This record gives sequence, structure tokens and C-alpha cells, in this order.
Amino acid sequence: MSESTGAWPIIVFLIQQMWYFSIPLLIVALGGMFSERSGVVNIALEGIMVIGAFTSLFLINRLQDTMSGQGLLCLALLAAAVSGTLFTLPHAYASINLRSDQTISGTALNMAAPAIAIYVARTFQENHVQQVMFRNTFRLASAPILGDIPFVGPLLFRNAYLTTYIGFAILIVSYIVLYKTRFGLRLRACGEHPQAADSVGVNVYRTRYAGVLISGALAGIGGLVFVIPTSTDFNATVSGYGFLALAVLIFGQWRPLRIFLAALFFGLMKTIASAYSGVPALKTLPIPSDIYKMAPYAATLAALALTSKRSQAPRASGEPYDQGSR
Amino acid sequence: MDKRGRLSKFGAGLTSAASSAIAILVGLAVGFIILLATNPGQAVRGLGVIVSGGFNGGMKGLGQVLYYATPLILTGLSVGFCFKTGLFNIGSSGQLIVGAFAGIWVGANAAPWIPAPLLWLAALLAATLAGAAWGAIPGLFKSLLNVHEVIACIMCNYIGMYGVNFLIKNSNVYDPLKNQTIDMTRAAIPKAGLDRIFFSLKGRFLDASSVNGGIFIALALAIATSVVLDRTVFGYELKACGLNRFASRYAGINEKRGIFLSLAIAGGLSGAAGGLMYLAPAGGLRINVIETLAAQGFNGIPVALLGLSNPIGIIFSALFVAYIEQGGYYLQRLEYMPEIINIIIAVIIYFSAFALLMRQAVGAARSRLARRSGKRARGREAGRA
Repeated sequence: MSESTGAWPIIVFLIQQMWYFSIPLLIVALGGMFSERSGVVNIALEGIMVIGAFTSLFLINRLQDTMSGQGLLCLALLAAAVSGTLFTLPHAYASINLRSDQTISGTALNMAAPAIAIYVARTFQENHVQQVMFRNTFRLASAPILGDIPFVGPLLFRNAYLTTYIGFAILIVSYIVLYKTRFGLRLRACGEHPQAADSVGVNVYRTRYAGVLISGALAGIGGLVFVIPTSTDFNATVSGYGFLALAVLIFGQWRPLRIFLAALFFGLMKTIASAYSGVPALKTLPIPSDIYKMAPYAATLAALALTSKRSQAPRASGEPYDQGSR
Repeated sequence: MDKRGRLSKFGAGLTSAASSAIAILVGLAVGFIILLATNPGQAVRGLGVIVSGGFNGGMKGLGQVLYYATPLILTGLSVGFCFKTGLFNIGSSGQLIVGAFAGIWVGANAAPWIPAPLLWLAALLAATLAGAAWGAIPGLFKSLLNVHEVIACIMCNYIGMYGVNFLIKNSNVYDPLKNQTIDMTRAAIPKAGLDRIFFSLKGRFLDASSVNGGIFIALALAIATSVVLDRTVFGYELKACGLNRFASRYAGINEKRGIFLSLAIAGGLSGAAGGLMYLAPAGGLRINVIETLAAQGFNGIPVALLGLSNPIGIIFSALFVAYIEQGGYYLQRLEYMPEIINIIIAVIIYFSAFALLMRQAVGAARSRLARRSGKRARGREAGRA
């Protein structure tokens, strides 16, 4: 197949678009994985994404007259990770130290996040609007050298964002950390049987803190990664992507590689749903747009129905650990 | 129940009321700090406006509190009912909108068969049943196919939202000019005389609140839920499943049936919320054909948590949330942003988690005390003998 005719340009377009949906889901779901594998359910992913995106885009909004491009993006990513981590601290404290119901503090964070973003934006922006505007100077039209590789180049290295590669890096690091390090083994033990982990000298509280705070950092980054390619202003919402990431996490069976596949699946469906009018074969079908938009969710539900029979969450996830009741 | 049991139940209720009060005070303190940080000059007045809540608007304001509390009670019940069964119903949003559409469709199309005064009731029933059907889907997926209810509910939220958008646009309830559903005056929920109590006068013009008889329906459903949970075998089985799935299965309780019915009932409650919201007269709420999930469904989660999933507690927590949200509305007069209210509610929810712990600690101390005094009494008896 030559590169300029037939279905190839459409496939390239779809795959390039797919990363915009899949990568934030991947990053946030991996974050959720660290939390749940350590034994703490984190339904606050949505709120943390909002705070991460807000802090970093507010920073971009303030600095964009003096900085631009990848340097600014890296700074923003750092801000997103730090703010996400800090925002998650109350959840970690309530669910680990106070052993409270983990849905409660998660819901509190989800409720607070958009309110904080709107309140701060409207109080501190000169025009008192809640939208945070930013100029998108981050797109890589074609990565040097890599963009010219046949086949792979157009799919991965043109019209891309640095954040896509960061997403891949996070995936690889997550896999290694979870399965090939002592910390990962301890983390999984705390999520399956914290009493057993404690009995061999693992500090369950500290390990769970690490899991929850990693999820905060990754969800914060995910918020920024979600907003940048798809918009030029931030309106205190990530459109339910935090909850979708939760779904991807469950779909991916709390395992990094399956989470990656689940994120790809959902991202591709979502891309087709939003870009179907650009695909001649789909455009001519007599299917209304609302049905296309519904398709990713229906397909996910169907896929789950076929694959969930043996699904099992980390055994101790959601259960507070009380050293005294060992 | 003997006297001692009644007393200890009363004591537990008192502790939980006290701990909720502490959580609310902490929330207000955080709100005050935010007010101080934004504009110190107005902060004290601002706090006064927040605390006055619905009273800021006189009788009309109080009516608005009841009006906004109506769907909150029902979505709160929907979420809380599932919490009791050990399920997390995050699909209230989809159930609400599916119910609302069914209600509107019946309200607009059933007129030839149903006498006009009962049209609203038929529409509301349709809303409840459609919501129940929508809630039953994750129920089926969970009980038969082991699909996690959270993910099934999230998917059903989106499928319901896009599906309703599609159905509205392809039915006779669509107003294409305003991109929303049509007027529902003929099937509107009756006012039940409440508009003659909750109004304020603007000169010679009567400014009535939007409150309607729906609040009575919401209260009745809350009481019914409470009775089902606390006074029936079915409710006992559901709660047993929530407390320990394995033990109740071992005791012969059909856990799968429980999961299915619990989500279906929760869906029905959310569907009724949708019906009560959107079966509104001219000038009332309409479903806008936009691609955003209905927020009211998610607002049920904090209401259920604040009410400790107890149906009667949920009535009060919904009233409280609606009351303080009204405070946020009037806070805009002082040029503060109303979002501060959501921050305050979030803080209250967060600290209610602490409050639960406090209550457990008090409970543990009390039972320790009871044990000790019991021992002393036994000792005395032994001495006498």
C-alpha cells in the first residue's frame, strides 16, 4: 500500500487522533491501578484530573507570554503532578490513617475540585471568567528523523504531542515497578492481604501512601494530557474522563498491559465516534451521529459482558487496614 | 426493645447528630476562611448569607429549598439504597434522564387514553418504571455476568444520555428551535397549594416559588424506602448482602436476586427524580439536548453520604444541601462566587468521615463502660451470695 492513496491516510488520521483519547485514559487508569493494587479505591480520579489540569493550565496561561513549546509543557507537567499529589493527600490520610470509608473522601475531592477551579479562576483572572485560555504551542508537526520512518513515523511521530511518549514511558515504568521491583511486590501484597504483608515486615501504611500518591501524580498529569490536544481553554471539567479511566482500570483487570489494551480499544472507538464523518465508508452508512457517539460505551459494556466472568479486584481493595485487628 | 436498648439507640442518634454538627461547623469555618482570603471586608456578611441559606429569600426562598431538595432526596435515596446493599450506584444520572424522557413522552402522548387530571401520575409512573429498567441493566450485568457495577453504571450513563438525545430529536416532544423538550403544562406535577404558601411579593406582583407537590412524593418514597429496609424480610436480606455477601449466601439468601432488585429499585427512585424535575409547567425545567451527563444524578452521592445512607437522614441532608445552595445563590449579591458552597459541602462530607470514626470511638467507649459496670454488678451479687 502506498502512503498517499486508499485507506492509508484515513488510518493514519484515526490513529493520530486515537492517541489524544487513549493516552490520558492510560495514564489515569495506571494511576488508579497503583492506588487499588495497594488496597485503596480512588474514585477521586476525576477531581484530581481537574485540579492537575487547572493548576498546570493556569501556569501556562500566566507564563505563555515569556515561554512556549516543550519547555513550558514540561514545566506544566511537573505542576500537574505536584498539584495532583498534594490534592490527593487528604484522601490518603482519611482512608489510610483514619480508616474511613474510601468513597466518602473520594466523593469529597470530586466535589471540591471543579468548585476550587472555578472559584480560583474567577477570583484571580483579570476578566473574572471561569475558562482558562491557553495557546497550544505544543504540537509536534513531525518529530525529527523519527517522523520520516515509513509506516510507524506517520502513526506515532507526526501531529503528535510529547505527552504521548510520556504516556508510553509511564506504561513501561509502571509495568517494571509493579512486577520487577521489591516495591511493586510489596504494593501488590498490601492490596491482596495486608495482614500477611505486615507480618513479614512490610509497612502497610507507608506502602499504601505511596500507591495513593502515585495515583494522584498520574491523574494530575492525565488531566493536563487530556485537555491540551482537544481544546484551547479549560472550563473546570474533564468531561467524565476520570470515571472512564476507572472503567478502563476495571476493564483492564488492574494489570498494566491489559489497561493499555483497554485504553486503546476505548480510544479507538471514541475516535471513530467523533471522526466518523471523515471516513467515507462510515459516513455513507445510515447511522445517526448520536448512535455513533453511544457506540464506544455500548461496545465496552458488551466487551465486559464477555470477559468479566472471572474478573476479580485486588482482594483487600477498599478495605481499611487496621494493624490492631490483625 | 427494652429500655436500655432504646436509650442506647437514642444515645447513638445523639452522637451522630453531634458529629454531623461538628462536620458542618468545620465546613463553615473553611468557607469563612475562603471568604476572608477573597474579600475580607465582606466576609462576616458573607458568612451570614451562607448560614441564612433559604431564609435570604423569605417564603419564596424556603419554597425554593423544598423545590431543589425534591430530586436530591430521590437521587440520594437511589445511591443510599444501593450503599445499604453494598453496591455503588454511580449510574443515577443516566437513570434520571431516561426516566425523565419516558415521563415527558407519556405526558405528551398518553392524553387520549388517560383523563387529564391523572396524566401527570401516569407520566411519573412511566418515569419511575423506565428508570428502574435502566437501573436493572447494570443489575443484570453484575448478577449474571460479574461485570463490576461501577463500570456498567458509568457506561449506562453515557448510553442513556446519547440515547435520550437521539430519541428526543426523533419524537414529537422535541422543540428544535430551543433544542430542548416541549412544554409539559398538561402533565405538570400539581402544585398542591404550595405556591400559595411559598411566595414573596414584588410590589403587587406575586413571585411564587417553583415548589410543587413533588416534595410530598419524595418524602413518601423516603418513608417507604425506610420501611422496606428496616421492617421487611426483603430489606433485611438486602442489608445482609451489603454487610457480608458470603455469609448471607451461606445463610441461603439469594444474593444475585438482591443485587438485581437493589439496582432496579435505585433506578426507579432516580427515574422518579427525573420525572418530578421535568414534568414542569411553562417556564419550568426542560431537557436540553446537550452532550453532558445530568449533574443531579451525581449530586445524589454526597447527599447519601451525608445522610449515612439512612432514608430519614437523606431527607435532612438533601434539605440541608438545598438550603445552603440557596445561600450560595444569594451570596452573589456580595460578589462572591457561589462555587464556595460546593467547597463547603465537600469539606463537610470529608469531615463526616471523621465524624463516623468519632462515633465508633464513642460507641466503643460506651460498650467498655457497660461491660465494666456489668462486671461490678455481678461482683456485688457474688458478694451478697
